Amino acid sequence: MEIFHNLIFGFSVALSFQNLFYCFVGCFLGTLIGVLPGIGPLATIAMLMPITFSITPVGALIMLAGIYYGAQYGGSTTSILVNLPGETSSVITCIDGYQMARQGRAGPALAIAAYGSFFAGCVCTLIIALFGPPIAEMALKFNSPEYFSLMLMGLITAAVLAQGDMVKSLAMCALGLLLGTVGTDVDSGWQRFSFNILELTDGIGFVVIAVGVFALGEIVSNLGDPEERQIFTSTVKGLFPSKDDIKQSIGPIVRGTVLGAFFGVLPGTGPAIASFSSYMVEKKIARDPSRFGKGAIEGVAGPESANNADAQCKFIPMLTLGIPASGTMALMLGALMIHGIAPGPTVMTQRPDLFWGLIVSMWIGNLMLVVLNLPMIGLWVSLLKVPYRMLFPAIMLFSCIGIYSLNNSPFELYLTAFFGLLGFLWMKLDCSPVPLMLGFVLGPMMEENLRRAMLISRGDPTVFLTRPLSLAFVIATVLILIAMSAPAMRKRRGDITG
Amino acid sequence: MNLEFYKKKDFWAGLMFLGIGAGAILGARSYPFGNTLRMGPGYFPTMLGLILVLFGIYVMVRGLRSDEKIQSNWSIRALIVLPISMILFGVLMDLAGFIPALTALIFVAVASGREFKFKEVLLLTVFLGVISVAMFIWGLGLPYPLFKLF
Repeated sequence: MEIFHNLIFGFSVALSFQNLFYCFVGCFLGTLIGVLPGIGPLATIAMLMPITFSITPVGALIMLAGIYYGAQYGGSTTSILVNLPGETSSVITCIDGYQMARQGRAGPALAIAAYGSFFAGCVCTLIIALFGPPIAEMALKFNSPEYFSLMLMGLITAAVLAQGDMVKSLAMCALGLLLGTVGTDVDSGWQRFSFNILELTDGIGFVVIAVGVFALGEIVSNLGDPEERQIFTSTVKGLFPSKDDIKQSIGPIVRGTVLGAFFGVLPGTGPAIASFSSYMVEKKIARDPSRFGKGAIEGVAGPESANNADAQCKFIPMLTLGIPASGTMALMLGALMIHGIAPGPTVMTQRPDLFWGLIVSMWIGNLMLVVLNLPMIGLWVSLLKVPYRMLFPAIMLFSCIGIYSLNNSPFELYLTAFFGLLGFLWMKLDCSPVPLMLGFVLGPMMEENLRRAMLISRGDPTVFLTRPLSLAFVIATVLILIAMSAPAMRKRRGDITG
Repeated sequence: MNLEFYKKKDFWAGLMFLGIGAGAILGARSYPFGNTLRMGPGYFPTMLGLILVLFGIYVMVRGLRSDEKIQSNWSIRALIVLPISMILFGVLMDLAGFIPALTALIFVAVASGREFKFKEVLLLTVFLGVISVAMFIWGLGLPYPLFKLF
């Protein structure tokens, strides 16, 4: 069995002392920022990315991934204990999780959330290991026209399925693609939009935009909102769920995992949608739906499994096709590129250590998180007492050091400040920066593939419609666009995301 | 059309897309355009500029018709002071070294918030200073002098 051979190889990579350490650091940081409201995985990954340049690509990816799925664990803690979502993906957990905590059952709620997430993590590790290689193998046969259509599909799907206004998201995609053209044109050596600034000839740093928009913009906007965090934590006693609790939770955990995995591979659907759908399903099939909202354990088990499954399955399109399905995945893709690894189906054959090491480390990380979360719950709760006015200067400092270390020059800091202002403006105008990030990362690859596709077809743009696979991607894109602009879907979408 | 268009969210969003798109088209005029077979460096940006202009007009017109306003809880202070603190950090890193840059950044950044308690900020600075020197300078070996003479 090749899969076992591959997984064993993955273990040999992930279990090295260094990689275990990076995995632990990632999970620890992830839990930390997951617990703290006001700072999310996107900003943290952006902020810490420059620091990972000095370590191996495998270690870097393992750590950044740990931050990402660790945040899903940490988010549930805050939801259950304080009735405040630590992350957007845990909004739904507040409903029944907090009620359970008020009834003195915070322990079982936390434990079930952790077990559910762990189960989802295990299943998704297997899913990636099973489906990753065949997908990548298929993608190896792609040529430029297929790649261009696939990227177009990924970009447009992500824009229309993501939160916020569809038209503005599409425009933000185009803006991201445009930002990606800044700097020296690889093909001709021309300087584009560099305004005779030496630092811009290499293009705008990917970390600069990410930190500016996601970290700085977020702080400015948080400081505009009045601080309303109230800490009234319930004491946690008895971490172990009863036999009945476990019996009631098995179904929701399995269903949540399936739902999460499904939404996970779709571009643009955040973990919030996965957990929301899971909650709705559980409520619908429950024998007594009135229990929901009053501390039903199914309302914690399902959504928490779903958001973790979603987070992990987002890695499938990123690792096998080089298509980022979310903002965080765009950052991961950027990290790969900065480490000199060309994203796409070749990652699996050229860097098997990275692919299998990362997958296995996710499973190990999930195990670590159960251990980190449950016994150390007291530590995380006490962290909630750190006020935001102490937190944001720390975020600023780490961001600044990271940005400065990119080139050891202050120019990137000025540019980051500029993008911070833009990020705040976009937030106020309801223009989501996530599609922009996706466009920015994919931009140079899309342009290159478009050029090559045109060379292959001798300048005939119908090439995208005459090659069967490319045609399939184009048709899928058009169908999604039509479906999402239909008035009925628009309303439903508003219900889900709003 | 009423006179309140300056508060309308989509009007401004549309105007921004339109402006950037038009700017890109103008800027890309000086790069060789090429043709569909051999695309020059100007091809892709011009197309994107065109797309942005079209989106911009659509969003702008839609914005003039709708009533969605920009929400007004702006922290103008944070908006101005936080970017300044970043720039200050950059300037001081080159002029005075890591510790002065870090201190200035934290003090100015905190000043952008609502509360400023001198003792608390001082403690925070010392705490973050020790952590970041240990982590970045000693741990990761970033080559920044703690203090620099002018």
